[in-house]
Amino acid sequence: MDRYLLIASTVCFLAAVVHTIVELRAGVFRPMRFNFFAVGLGFIFQTAFLSVRGHAVGRCPLTNLFEVFVFLAWSVALMYMLVGPLYRLSLMGAFTAPLVVLLQGFALVMPIDIRHPVKVPANPWLEFHASISIVAYGAFALACIAAVMYLIQERQLKTHQLHSVFYHLPPLTDLYATITRLLWWGFALYTLGIVSGFFTGHPLPRVQVVAAIAVWLLYAAILQGRHLRWFAPRWVATLCIIGFSVALALLWGIEFTAEMRPLP
Amino acid sequence: MNLFCLGLSHHTADVATREQFAGSATAESILRQSGCAEALLLTTCNRVEVYAVSQKRVSTDEIARCLMRRIDIDPHDYAPPFYRYEAEKCVQHLFRVASGLDSMVVGESEILGQAKKAYEVARTSGAVGPYLHRLFQRAFRVAKQVRTHTDIARGSVSVGSVAVDLAQRIFGKLSECKVLVLGAGETSERTARALISRGVSDLRVANRSIERACELGHAVGGRAVSFDEWAVQCREIDILITATASETPLLTQGELAPMLRERLDRPLFIIDIAVPRDVDPGVNEMEGVYLYDIDSIRSVAEQSLALRRQQVAAAEAIIGEHVADFIDSISRGLNRPSQTTDHPSLRENPLRASQP
Repeated sequence: MDRYLLIASTVCFLAAVVHTIVELRAGVFRPMRFNFFAVGLGFIFQTAFLSVRGHAVGRCPLTNLFEVFVFLAWSVALMYMLVGPLYRLSLMGAFTAPLVVLLQGFALVMPIDIRHPVKVPANPWLEFHASISIVAYGAFALACIAAVMYLIQERQLKTHQLHSVFYHLPPLTDLYATITRLLWWGFALYTLGIVSGFFTGHPLPRVQVVAAIAVWLLYAAILQGRHLRWFAPRWVATLCIIGFSVALALLWGIEFTAEMRPLP
Repeated sequence: MNLFCLGLSHHTADVATREQFAGSATAESILRQSGCAEALLLTTCNRVEVYAVSQKRVSTDEIARCLMRRIDIDPHDYAPPFYRYEAEKCVQHLFRVASGLDSMVVGESEILGQAKKAYEVARTSGAVGPYLHRLFQRAFRVAKQVRTHTDIARGSVSVGSVAVDLAQRIFGKLSECKVLVLGAGETSERTARALISRGVSDLRVANRSIERACELGHAVGGRAVSFDEWAVQCREIDILITATASETPLLTQGELAPMLRERLDRPLFIIDIAVPRDVDPGVNEMEGVYLYDIDSIRSVAEQSLALRRQQVAAAEAIIGEHVADFIDSISRGLNRPSQTTDHPSLRENPLRASQP
């Protein structure tokens, strides 16, 4: 039953992707209404899926890689719903939808939805630690999307080749400000996630701690470089994309090793 | 009743021909002389058009005679290239004109303002009745919808508007931007005015002749700075417009590099409209610098025009729907008692072609 909700959600996001591609090809792109509606509907199905799954497992649905990917996709959509309208970044929906389709499509297609026996009993700190860390990933993902938009806009301005999408992308300075805000949001939430991990009352696996601190240091370095103007905006945007790719790979690694680890 | 439109435009007549028919007639005089029930005159630099409703057919020559500046010329001999659209074609033509599809620069919005003004003048003089009222109100709605639902008005096509458009794509709101105009020529003045009109409040002008700098600064609401200071000013500004008569580039990568170190996270937009160019093209390769010379601005304008032309089919589709709906609503309106159908002219369907 819950998988149908996830499929419905993926279809909504896919509709946003297809709509964007068709409109961009026709040169009549109107990002606001359809994309926001499709992403909003997809978000409702995602939330329903997580709610059903949460009740089924009796805790925050982050018990296997499948759920982690869906929760991450939900966090990305949540961040977009919060940030998109606030900063008038309607086109961000067109960029957010493919990432969500990729995450959810991967989760649906790969045989990773395996129910494991509960290793650690649920407690509020553990739930908070896991969920806030994934929401932080959502902010990093959206910063990565804003960075892609920045690089596209920047490239068009540099080469003097302006396509239809140019007129729908936000101004460079607005995009850069959005990247910075999302990085700070993600960094603050991730810090909170790491700190709360030490209050779970269970010994933390060394590999997870090392990976989490590596991601934290990576984003700390990007923010420090941005703040002290070591990096030009284009490099900050590039590092955001690299940073999120690394963070995603490490998240996968952490979850994969956690699932492989024998029960205590 | 016959609804028709006839006129001359840049498509059919050169300016010398158009000026023979522009400026002397009014909607009221056409109404009086031609025997039309309603009339509206739309005159712009690119077109002279009369939209009218009449009981009996009014010939093109009769209207041409009303429009002619010189009464000694016989339109029969003169044979100006007037076009004439009747009924549905007339509705479609007006919707296309109001939406900017028939304009020389496709998608330009000035025509809508001109059409609104022409309607207002004709309405005030009593030349507009219920048919033209409905027709023009619908045309204004169509034009708005076309602009909102297509990219027909996207992009800019003149040096000033391209510069402003690009500046907005880089900085967003221009109210916080600092602008330096280097060289007080005519094009730089136009560009500066365009930037001021979009909210720029800090504009500085540097020119070899300080008097001319003061003059331009005063004219556009900026302030003059010494020409020797322009390099220092570059550290502070966000937008640089250069249009000097210098034979060698004023700004090179070597000169700009130290300035950029202090402003790594602030973009610098340079519009070089000078020929020969004031800024070394290599400057565009530098981090955070966006250099546009006159050729690249022209290229952007051409890309905008191409983009607009791509939108014509989508705009035509919207217009087609409105033409069908308008004709339908007019036909239905005739059978429905309402305030407007009290007007005698609405008892007959105007959407039929004139009988010769």
